[in-house]
Amino acid sequence: MAASRTFRVLPGFGLSLGYTLAWLSLIVLIPLVAVFVKAGSLGLDHFLAAVSSPRVIASYKLTFGASLIAALINTFFGLMLAWALVRYSFPGKRLVDALVDLPFALPTAVAGIALTALYAKNGWVGKLLEPLGIQVAFTPLGVLVALVFIGLPFVVRTVQPILEDLDTEYEEAAVSLGANRWQAFRYVVFPTVLPALMTGFAMAFARAVGEYGSVIFIAGNIPMVSEITPLMIITKLEQYDYAGATAIAVVMLLISFVLLLVINGLQAWTAKRTGRER
Amino acid sequence: MSIQVKNIRKEFGSFTALKDVSLDFPTGELVALLGPSGCGKTTLLRIIAGLESADSGQVLLDGADASDTHVRERQVGFVFQHYALFRHMSVFDNVAFGMRMKPRRERPSESAIKAKVTELLKLVQLDWVADRFPSQLSGGQRQRIALARALAVEPRVLLLDEPFGALDAKVRKELRRWLRRLHDELHITSIFVTHDQEEALEVADRVVLMDHGKVEQVGTPEEVYRHPASPFVYGFLGSVNLFHGRVEGDAVHVGDDLLFRDKVAFGNGAEVFAFARPHELNIVIDPQETSGVAAKISRILAFGVTARIELDGLNGSTGQLFEVEITRDEVARLGLEEGQAVRLLPSRLRVFEREKAAIAEGSAPNWVI
Repeated sequence: MAASRTFRVLPGFGLSLGYTLAWLSLIVLIPLVAVFVKAGSLGLDHFLAAVSSPRVIASYKLTFGASLIAALINTFFGLMLAWALVRYSFPGKRLVDALVDLPFALPTAVAGIALTALYAKNGWVGKLLEPLGIQVAFTPLGVLVALVFIGLPFVVRTVQPILEDLDTEYEEAAVSLGANRWQAFRYVVFPTVLPALMTGFAMAFARAVGEYGSVIFIAGNIPMVSEITPLMIITKLEQYDYAGATAIAVVMLLISFVLLLVINGLQAWTAKRTGRER
Repeated sequence: MSIQVKNIRKEFGSFTALKDVSLDFPTGELVALLGPSGCGKTTLLRIIAGLESADSGQVLLDGADASDTHVRERQVGFVFQHYALFRHMSVFDNVAFGMRMKPRRERPSESAIKAKVTELLKLVQLDWVADRFPSQLSGGQRQRIALARALAVEPRVLLLDEPFGALDAKVRKELRRWLRRLHDELHITSIFVTHDQEEALEVADRVVLMDHGKVEQVGTPEEVYRHPASPFVYGFLGSVNLFHGRVEGDAVHVGDDLLFRDKVAFGNGAEVFAFARPHELNIVIDPQETSGVAAKISRILAFGVTARIELDGLNGSTGQLFEVEITRDEVARLGLEEGQAVRLLPSRLRVFEREKAAIAEGSAPNWVI
């Protein structure tokens, strides 16, 4: 009897798994199901009408488009920032390192107000851009600026540890084999950090899609121009159209889910291609 | 291709890694840079490769000053201690890397690259792992791939940094022989760094012994082993017994015991280090014997061809440990037992004056191999 039981060194597997699943259900799964159930009460026709009105469609384009561009910008500059933080030492490096986390820590509303104040026509930056004909605040461009701001830490913080682990030996090996600096980066460093870069991209993107607080001030919320999808949900809620709000939520949920799935698939593909598969 | 280094100095902050090192490496030889960790051997190798720059001094490759040449243009093959294989590339791509990085007009065609890679993988006897990734290979296989990768760019010299350091004893021994054979086939000027004296003596044509950033001795394995030039070399190569002696007349005394009676070149009263290898000491059990250093047998290890006797010094050499190697028959004939008090008589002894050994630190001769 006792001999047939598998022996575990760590006790409490059943308890901890049960607890974890219960907690996950309570916090994540049940609310998600509720969203679907609530949206389902609408019926297909009303559901489609709610999620495909021109104003809502415009908001999808802005939210997902701006999030995508913001995540791409953050991927590029995040990599550079992580590189600078890992590879070079300069005065105030620790301060810069700490500042990277600011968008995490700052209440989003504060960030939104600060950005709006900066980029408004009479703000410090807005004043300089105004004569050039560039308007940031209360345009889609403003949305992008806010999303870049809040997404910055993700790529830096995912790529940084990988770069720290990357021994300079690999670059030395590449250079001793005749590679120039660009080749050493392109063929040795970049493929190594690529998976982390994609994770960072996915996280920055997911965060940007769901961002509300910091965007809402700078966006100006002009219908068909600078309304983001989370705002559409709030608007519906304020009109006591709970089913309509959840319908839009379902669409957001599905698109985000599909996108994350694609990114995960890409990661698995690169892992397989580069022998990291386990 | 010959390599010369002239008056190389290198400091890391307040630590001096290399103190005015000058060496000549002739064409086609396999030379070992041997020394304890921190002696500057790896730094010297990296300076020759161009991965590190010297504070002063020159590196001459084939007689031409290469001090300001970038590592990319030095045409040296460098093999790293931890292989530094590119993890995201297959073995084939790793070996092909150097050829693919060449400027377009010098780059061989993809079919030529394939032929060359296959040839190199055959050379390192690993042509069957071309499609695998480094993580799927054993340590010894990885190091051979790293070597194939370095050879792919047809380097003028091959530099290996502790090439077997990360491998287990058995694989290390196999690879050692293999490297020697490979070198006999290719005859490419090679330098390898090691802290393992057995490895250096077994593989290299010449051994350069380094300590504290300077060269202690250069010579063939036999020369450095049989005629160590300094106490450091004596102590570093093989196991050794050290006696802290004093010259009295024509004899060396340890405490009140007479160690050795012979013409000694040092003045009366000079403090000396006397070295004897374990097989150069005889054990005398006769209690009437008055010469030799008194010691007590602490352990008898008789599992090999020869028996190893460990002894604790008595009288003047109390607190010191000695090691003697004799045949097992000898152990039986003498009837040695643990705890027995005996005397040790050296059949061969190498004596260094203690002060001379200290003075030698400052000088920096130009060693020609």
